[in-house]
Amino acid sequence: MRTILDQIQDQVNAHDVLLYMKGNAKFPMCGFSSVVIQILKNLNVDFEAIDVMQDNEIREGIKVFTDWPTIPQLYIKGEFIGGCDIVREMYQTGELQALLSEKGISYKAAEN
Amino acid sequence: MAMTSDQIKGLILEAFPDAQLELSAFQNDNDHYSAVVKSSAFSGKSKVEQHQMVYEALQGHMGTTLHALSLKTQVLVE
Repeated sequence: MRTILDQIQDQVNAHDVLLYMKGNAKFPMCGFSSVVIQILKNLNVDFEAIDVMQDNEIREGIKVFTDWPTIPQLYIKGEFIGGCDIVREMYQTGELQALLSEKGISYKAAEN
Repeated sequence: MAMTSDQIKGLILEAFPDAQLELSAFQNDNDHYSAVVKSSAFSGKSKVEQHQMVYEALQGHMGTTLHALSLKTQVLVE
């Protein structure tokens, strides 16, 4: 029988850059999700966002899947990168950009 | 459904006795905090692992009774 964890694994495999968030990219419903969306937009990265508010099984399942208690959660090429704090820190230090390059994902930093 | 800063500090210091901890409240609602935790226990761990260790120390409160804890971890060098 396929479980919610299998379903999450499929989602993670299917998208190079995948964000589990509250709300959607246009209307994030939480400040932490909003920060990650803003970073991905600044980098002009193609990404998929899954709104956990639409599916309580995903919302609870993703916490178990990642062993991480909060949302948002960012995955790049199947690897869990972190929540808002880690993503923001990596963006500020340039580690996130380096990781995207290393994984062969194109991005273009917005002009300041 | 909230935690006081003393409860949060207590749990973190119990798990990381050597920790240097700065905890501040963003909003005085006992629900939104920001913490910087420095401990030698983070040595050799990835950022994700470091944050998981702090969440572990909070014994299931993170994401439930404690809604929002913005977290920064650093390796404490002796």
